[in-house]
Amino acid sequence: MTVELLAALLVLAGAALTGIRAVRGPTLYDRVLAVNMFGTKAVMLLAIIGFIGSRAGFIDIAILYALINFIATVALLRFVESKRLGG
Amino acid sequence: MEILGNILLLLGAFVAFSGALGVLRMPDFYSRLHPAGTTDTLAQLLLIAGLVLGHFDTDTTSLLVTGKLIVISLLLLVTTPAATHAISRAAYLSGLQPWSSPDAETEEATSSGSSEQEES
Repeated sequence: MTVELLAALLVLAGAALTGIRAVRGPTLYDRVLAVNMFGTKAVMLLAIIGFIGSRAGFIDIAILYALINFIATVALLRFVESKRLGG
Repeated sequence: MEILGNILLLLGAFVAFSGALGVLRMPDFYSRLHPAGTTDTLAQLLLIAGLVLGHFDTDTTSLLVTGKLIVISLLLLVTTPAATHAISRAAYLSGLQPWSSPDAETEEATSSGSSEQEES
């Protein structure tokens, strides 16, 4: 229990540092990279929190976040590259 | 089994934190790709392996949760390097120049700058 709490705090601190980079990043691609990393850290944090509170439903939310994170990154990059979202 | 799971969990959390620190402190976009891509992949692998090993049980609910965690791990194992590759490819195709050392700054003034002056 306490080990999970410690791990969650470490991942949360990492997410905060990534958020600083996402706000400060000089180029657009720095921000996209930081947001992608923030999403991965959110997935890990959700998986740990599901075990801390013994709620199995959080694992499903983590799967959803992992999918949405990848789709959002690729869609954002395609939008930046071609200035439109359609194929 | 439980001690091994706890060790893996803490190791994964530490790797995730160090990767975030690297993304914050590296001087340039292309060097930031390295901590972002590698540590995220390793951290989720260690962390989810730690969760699976630390809470292993043989009733149906625990096995279902274990299966879902393995699905998350495989999903992230495929998508994180792919997303990192897509970001770096888009940045390279858009003409972002890599950061060079201050010693070779003869043509630095003319290059369309991407280097951020990091405070030390």
